Amino acid sequence: MSYELNNNLVIIIPAYNEAGRIASTIAGIRKFTDADIIVVSDGSTDDTIVEARQAGALVIELPFNLGYGAALQTGFKYALKRGYRFAVQMDADGQHDPSAIQSLIERVLNNKVDIALGSRFLGRGDYKAPFIRRVGMFFFAVIASIVTGKKVTDPTSGFQALNRKAMELYASDAYPVDYPDADVIIMLNRRGIRFEEVPVTMKRIVGKVSMHSGLKPFYYLFKMLLSILVTLLRGKGEGKV
Amino acid sequence: MTFHQRIFALSIGIGIFVMILEMVRRRRLEEEYSFLWLIIGLGIVVLVLWQDLLEWLTHLIGAVAQTTTIFIFGLVILVLINLHFTVKLTELSRQVKELTQQIALLKVNKIEKNKI
Repeated sequence: MSYELNNNLVIIIPAYNEAGRIASTIAGIRKFTDADIIVVSDGSTDDTIVEARQAGALVIELPFNLGYGAALQTGFKYALKRGYRFAVQMDADGQHDPSAIQSLIERVLNNKVDIALGSRFLGRGDYKAPFIRRVGMFFFAVIASIVTGKKVTDPTSGFQALNRKAMELYASDAYPVDYPDADVIIMLNRRGIRFEEVPVTMKRIVGKVSMHSGLKPFYYLFKMLLSILVTLLRGKGEGKV
Repeated sequence: MTFHQRIFALSIGIGIFVMILEMVRRRRLEEEYSFLWLIIGLGIVVLVLWQDLLEWLTHLIGAVAQTTTIFIFGLVILVLINLHFTVKLTELSRQVKELTQQIALLKVNKIEKNKI
């Protein structure tokens, strides 16, 4: 990627206890871009911060765990303050293939969209999620597609490229503190922010507890339905999630 | 209501009212939070002393016993108090999140300045 772009681009990685994985994730990203890399440690209690710093990332340390969405948001607030024009958000565990950064950011650079969402279910890639999780994802993907009138296949994707307009929404109070999902995609649509899915490959990380386990699927289902409902009730333009 | 019931309800109502007032006086409770609590105490006292109102309310909500009316009144206010707390909690969570983020960002600023 060109020098001018790299100066304006920041990679944001929220991380919670990712020691042992974070360094290789950063190294993997470095192979594809010279952009600044920011790791937001969400109250990590292991060596995530040290390892990320040694790997060359700038680390923002949250003193305690705020949740995935809030950690990510901290990164966007930083990026906006520093005047970065574009951002790519990625997961810390290395499940996102950094070779896809280029194709994601290109859509935003060409001003085709304000935000490009990496989808593991579009085209290439052979991501295999557990059955229950796939059902849940599919259900909300269908709802998001119907409401927005656009093709949405992977609403939980944490692999996205954004311009400043989209970053500003993500930095606002409207953004959820926990896991963003179909509700945020519907919010994008209602705020007039242009989005599009771009196929990316993701690996399933072995030995990591999924964020949807135990009784959580039920809470998740309820929370998401409620969140979508109120987003729709809030009227166009100002719909907060 | 029997005399027995009235004495009991009255003492509970006055007890709550005096306790809350005393806590506000000692600044252990903010005026803002005491308001709904005082209404519970005061409401019970008013309902016990103003017999006609209690009868009318009991008829209105379709209850059989007047004690039920007082009970429901207390319950509704309790629900409102809890709701008020949850609203406050939401506001506080948002503020804590905001503060935490600001602190983290300030800390990064300092680290970056020291490098230069």
